[in-house]
Amino acid sequence: MTQTTLLVNGKNKSINIDDDTPLLYALRDDLNMKGPKFGCGLGQCGACTVHVDGQAIRSCITPATSVSGKKITTLEGLGTSAKPGKLQQAFIDEQAAQCGYCINGMIMTASAFLAKNKNPSDQQIADALSGNLCRCGTHQRIVAAVRRYLTNSLT
Amino acid sequence: MVSFSLGSIANANTSQGLRDPKVVKREVLDSWLSIDQSGKVTIFSGKVDLGTGIKTAFAQIAADELYVPFNSIEMVMGDTATTPDQWITGGALSISQGGTELRQAAANARQALLERASQKLQIPVSELLVRDGMVFPISNPAQKLSYGSLIGDGFKLEVNPKVVLKNPNDYRVIGKSIQRVDIPQKVTGEYVYMHDFKLPGMLHARVVRPNSIGAKLSSFDDSGLKKIKGYVQTVRKGDFLVVISTTEWGAVKAARDIKVSWTKGPDLPKKATIFKEWRTMPIAKEEVTQKVGNVDSVLNSGAKNIKATYNFPVQTHASIGPSCAVADYKDGKLTVWSASQATHSMQHELSVITGLPKESIRLIYLDGSGCYGRNGHEDATADAALASIAIGKPVRLQWMRHDETALAPKSPPRTMDFEASLDSNGNIIGWKSDFYIALNQVAFMKPLDFPLLAATDTGVPRPGNWVGFLFQNSGAPYLVPNITVNTKHVAQTFLRSSHLRSPGRIENSFGNESFIDELATSSNADPAEFRIKNLNDPRAIAVIRAAMKSSGWQSREPAFKSNQNAKIVTGRGIAYVRYNNSITYVATVAEIEVNKETGKISVKNLHVAHDCGQIINPDGVQNQIQGGAIQTVSRVLMEEVKWTGSEIESVDWASYPIVRFNDVPKVHTVLIDQPGTPSWGAGEQTPTTIPAAIANAVFDATGVRLRTIPFTPESVKLALKEQSVTRS
Repeated sequence: MTQTTLLVNGKNKSINIDDDTPLLYALRDDLNMKGPKFGCGLGQCGACTVHVDGQAIRSCITPATSVSGKKITTLEGLGTSAKPGKLQQAFIDEQAAQCGYCINGMIMTASAFLAKNKNPSDQQIADALSGNLCRCGTHQRIVAAVRRYLTNSLT
Repeated sequence: MVSFSLGSIANANTSQGLRDPKVVKREVLDSWLSIDQSGKVTIFSGKVDLGTGIKTAFAQIAADELYVPFNSIEMVMGDTATTPDQWITGGALSISQGGTELRQAAANARQALLERASQKLQIPVSELLVRDGMVFPISNPAQKLSYGSLIGDGFKLEVNPKVVLKNPNDYRVIGKSIQRVDIPQKVTGEYVYMHDFKLPGMLHARVVRPNSIGAKLSSFDDSGLKKIKGYVQTVRKGDFLVVISTTEWGAVKAARDIKVSWTKGPDLPKKATIFKEWRTMPIAKEEVTQKVGNVDSVLNSGAKNIKATYNFPVQTHASIGPSCAVADYKDGKLTVWSASQATHSMQHELSVITGLPKESIRLIYLDGSGCYGRNGHEDATADAALASIAIGKPVRLQWMRHDETALAPKSPPRTMDFEASLDSNGNIIGWKSDFYIALNQVAFMKPLDFPLLAATDTGVPRPGNWVGFLFQNSGAPYLVPNITVNTKHVAQTFLRSSHLRSPGRIENSFGNESFIDELATSSNADPAEFRIKNLNDPRAIAVIRAAMKSSGWQSREPAFKSNQNAKIVTGRGIAYVRYNNSITYVATVAEIEVNKETGKISVKNLHVAHDCGQIINPDGVQNQIQGGAIQTVSRVLMEEVKWTGSEIESVDWASYPIVRFNDVPKVHTVLIDQPGTPSWGAGEQTPTTIPAAIANAVFDATGVRLRTIPFTPESVKLALKEQSVTRS
């Protein structure tokens, strides 16, 4: 077991984990986060997406020890139901969820993308999200939520 | 969009503190709802919210019928100790069946409270009004009594099924696009999904199974697992093998590293020839599902005789989150938190596997990943139960990706033969069809005896196919003077099968709606007008006209007649369904592109017109239509389960790909509301129109009929090549 410190949503957390523990399990099991979800463990679906130093990464295939000291942001770090972040609010406004299991990945991938792309086309939004899978078929609303966020940001 | 503050509703069911068991008999009013002194209403529903918004819609129904504010309602769903058994959450029956039962209970409650107020005030019920949970005399609104002050010790009444229901003209909450109560917590990481649920002292488990169907466990060697941090033990019961660890990652590694020797399962029918093999398998029974006139006397007697065969492959639910459950076996009692759509059925199913009496088993529903039928939720639930019983501790068991994709139940294959005769005026004079469907054991309001993996692994025989009512929508959807429709029920599927969204109806409607299109072509008729000509139900015609209007449909020659040399060709196709031939009406126009060089079909637009009777929540209906349409585009263009020998080769997202953002069409919805009429389902209906709408659009674009799903680039290229060979 290794003593590792993770900087999650602005707070340093010290945990004891096996050396090869993926970040996903450290966040979910040791730090009781619920945002990032296990979908495949293979980096194929995006349900586990978190930010590391502003980049959207797949926490299911990223060893936790490799991101010690880096700035980790999870879905919880973007806002709360009482005070949602702007992108989260856009997802609420568009009712952009069905089962919602993939939505963590959608919001985390989109927010990292939007931080660097201030005026993307619909095609660029679709490209940015194309590595994230949704089985309920919520795609149209997810793109609409991203579009709404952009519209709100302009005004 | 109307927004309310709904914290209390969203939080229901999510704490690990269990509610006290209470009466759950369907005929007893207190089974359905309780009201506390402050006027807060708790609704107990045996139906669950599978991510479709039913929790919100049910709260709307209850609020309206009770005359209470929407945000005074708390929903408890799918807890076997506190909610009545309303049968499985499926068949798009939640609103039509479950909602009607709830509405009736709420009306009984309102009536009872009015009568109590009448006694207290010594004023006849007819001279009382109720608003916002307050009863008051019409003559003196200030003399009001709250529900909380009238409820006393509960209702202590039977449900009267003949109770007078609220007049739909007076609905204030029903019909509004109230925002879903669960979404704010789901987009902020606060919502407690099944996968997020924890118990103190809980251990983590993974089940170990091969991807070979029918393989038996010969031996295992867990000596190498002791070096894994957290590893506790391996549990074997027959072919059931589970590794246990104090940490989740330890369980994942143990399942990966354990050395297991399995026997090879018997070969499955060959994938390449599955539709030929399917029709030669033993037939348990044949049923005529529709007979009008005498079809045999007219077939081959008309001007034209047309035949076609359509095939629908084995597909899977492919939930994004592999299934998960937490089980706690203590003092002879088993408590299981589960994302099952059938918690009440699972009480029975777990009883059979564990040998525990049904009364000692409690299931509590928590939201899982969307299931679209019976996916792996029930299997994982049984796996967790067996693991907890084996070690006597609370266990969280989650499936891995390959468990869900390869081993969760599959939809059975389907092949369908059609034959029809047209007279010289293009009238259909005879229609005959044969559907090779899997025999079904599922019966309404009865628990399932599903072949859960945990059952077969531990030697509990569970034969049979629990697949849903696959005959539905086999009947010819059009007015034809002579019709015979046969269903041939294949006795035993070769892969473990279950219901997958729109079971039977999606396959049957693909056949019916492709074939009617072929008949329209043979009659040189516009496919939309040809359908309308053969219908007389105004609501059916209205949805078709609405889809036509949305897409700007004008009669014209098929597109392929004027675009022969283009590399990328466009087309449009229409399909219509009346679900189960008895409820929701849907018509869809698909607008597509085909790249004739690559064979790739791109679905650009889907215009869906939808009439499900009185709409409870328009935005919720629209969400279901959009989702169902997009999911079905994926099934039509990409999806089939693959296998070789006994080995399932569809194990992850690379080997069972689904649609991605770049290939998603724009879905245009037209909602036709019918206030005052019964409310019908909206989850399974749209998907049934999508396969034929796409196939018919491909014909319009290319002149080629695609009759076997999926329409992959390879199959499209092959079909185009065959066409050019036929022409040359």
